[in-house]
Amino acid sequence: MNTWIYDNSFEGFLTLVFNCYELNIFPDIIKGNRNNQPSIFPESYEVITDETKAKRVWNGLHKKISNSSCQLLYHAFLSEICDVELMILHYIREVFESPINIELNFGNHYILEMLKMDKKVTREAQRVLMFTRFQKTTDEIYYASFDPKYNVLPLTINHFENRFADQKWIVYDTRRNYGFYYDLINSTEFRFTENTINRNTGTIDKSMMAEDEQLFQELWKSYFKSMCIKERINPKLHMQLLPKRFWKYLTEKQNNE
Amino acid sequence: MKEEVIKKLEILAGAAKYDVSCSSSGSNRSNTNKGIGNAAYCGICHSFTEDGRCVSLLKVMMTNYCMYDCAYCANRKSNDIERTALSVDELTELTISFYRRNYIEGLFLSSGVVKSPDHTMSLMTRVAKNLRTLHNYNGYIHLKSIPGASPELIRQAGLYADRLSVNIEIPTEANLKLLAPEKDYTSIYTPMNSIHQGILENKEDTKKIRSIPKFVPAGQSTQLIIGATPDTDNHILSLASNLYQHQQLKRVYYSGYIPINTNDSRLPAIITPPLVRENRLYQSDWLIRFYSFKVDEIVNEKHPNLDLDIDPKLSYALRNPWMFPIDINKAPYELILRVPGIGVNSARLIIASRQFGKINSYQLQKMGVVMKRARYFITCNELSSPTVNEIKPENLKLLLMKQLPKAKKVKYPGQLKLFDVA
Ligand code: SF4
Repeated sequence: MNTWIYDNSFEGFLTLVFNCYELNIFPDIIKGNRNNQPSIFPESYEVITDETKAKRVWNGLHKKISNSSCQLLYHAFLSEICDVELMILHYIREVFESPINIELNFGNHYILEMLKMDKKVTREAQRVLMFTRFQKTTDEIYYASFDPKYNVLPLTINHFENRFADQKWIVYDTRRNYGFYYDLINSTEFRFTENTINRNTGTIDKSMMAEDEQLFQELWKSYFKSMCIKERINPKLHMQLLPKRFWKYLTEKQNNE
Repeated sequence: MKEEVIKKLEILAGAAKYDVSCSSSGSNRSNTNKGIGNAAYCGICHSFTEDGRCVSLLKVMMTNYCMYDCAYCANRKSNDIERTALSVDELTELTISFYRRNYIEGLFLSSGVVKSPDHTMSLMTRVAKNLRTLHNYNGYIHLKSIPGASPELIRQAGLYADRLSVNIEIPTEANLKLLAPEKDYTSIYTPMNSIHQGILENKEDTKKIRSIPKFVPAGQSTQLIIGATPDTDNHILSLASNLYQHQQLKRVYYSGYIPINTNDSRLPAIITPPLVRENRLYQSDWLIRFYSFKVDEIVNEKHPNLDLDIDPKLSYALRNPWMFPIDINKAPYELILRVPGIGVNSARLIIASRQFGKINSYQLQKMGVVMKRARYFITCNELSSPTVNEIKPENLKLLLMKQLPKAKKVKYPGQLKLFDVA
């Protein structure tokens, strides 16, 4: 078995692709190794991320397929689904080795799979845009936690920057333990080192909450309740549209203490 | 903001909940000068109520005081209910604060009629104006026009709102007059026409001057109450299709009549709202807007009402078996779209892929075609199912109905984006 290890970054993965073609060897297994620990896989090949090599692969892809198909690959990568790297590698090989552009051949297994994965990931990103709830802190920063299935945070920052341009905010992925802070000009990636937030509810400590924050949470909860038409109640559908895994961070789904 | 607003909001949100329009789509207002908010073109839902309807806007009434007495309305003058009003400032603050917390995409404001239609309309317009001009707010605003409001006021409102709606409510004028004595079609169509006119003129003006402010960029919509009067689906869908064509409405919403004023003898005695019929109307509306169906292909004089057992596309196919089977590898896009079990998405995938070789039934399934239905209406590379003609439409209907999951037969609210008309 031919095992290759890379650092989990998209650039690292593209470097891996470069090396495949350079050595003309293709891996059977691709493993991410986020923490740069010494490899636990014997006889594995370690990829060293190289920006130039990654760029060359990325540019090469853009020559073969459209921009939106390249985006698809990136989205699929963010899914972190088991063996997704191998899938993408397969796709890239088919694209590079075909004399004609085959990105629209959805009869092809890998091409259709990529489309489906893209759908899953963009849907999850969309859900983050839907179900993010900010809480205002005493220092006027709006804070939100979430816990998405796929690593979609990078896909949402643009949206938040455009929408909430005149307020400071933090969005934080509690599963992957990183977030972005927007200071009215730029957003920068960061990592919490202390436990300033409740991991289970995403709520910030009452002492840090802005004075009127609780009132607005109450207002929102009571609004949410009043909107329901009891003649039409449909719990199954409700659950389907608002999956339970999001409830813990949704103000309107939190019980009043 | 004070605690007492909670109570007011409870009453006025409760009073507005029957208005079905919730979508915030169709506007692409961008955030200017680092203000707050923008409007995403396809709209974003932010939550879902327990009845499964999307919450994307702060949908609220300015007041539930009303001088009119519409039979179907909870807020009518003759009902003894708790009345209250939110001030212009309270409404703007609520909108901004909810928006900043990402609870909503914007505001949908309606109101009972107080003093006069014009008085009410101008108060609503002030909310929109303050949001835009004092708070640099670029999020979505939908105002429900008050029937009878003057064209000048409607024009003003249109400069600040993304969408204006004038609800027709009852599909025929005679029935409207019976149920809402203070309203008539003139009071509804006059504002509707001036919005339409305003949109057309704005389009012309923007061609000449780029910087001109947009006038209701998300267009106008209306709502029809279904099942409060004996109007047929044929009548309802013809009205809707007319509105799409001649008034260029963006959306017609169908709202299954909910018996609120149960002792009013002008209204039918029903216990549960006609949800299945409502859903069939939405599906038909969808077919008209995205599948290029004509109304009389869905309902007509011979077949005036929608089949409640099966969706309108399947119903159409079973009434027109002569069209089938359709060859997946040759037929044009429009015909492929008419196959039960094939939606817009899979139809596109089929068209894109078949230039690379013939498509077989396994691939169709992978592309999202519901083969359980589609198989009787198509031929592809190797599939050899009996077709609708061999089985006979009436037998096939029974067969397919048996396969429908129970839940889908009972309830399905109308305003979802993901429609099961494939
Ligand atoms: S005018 Fe509107 S609020 Fe007043 S009774 Fe009629 S439907 Fe209800």
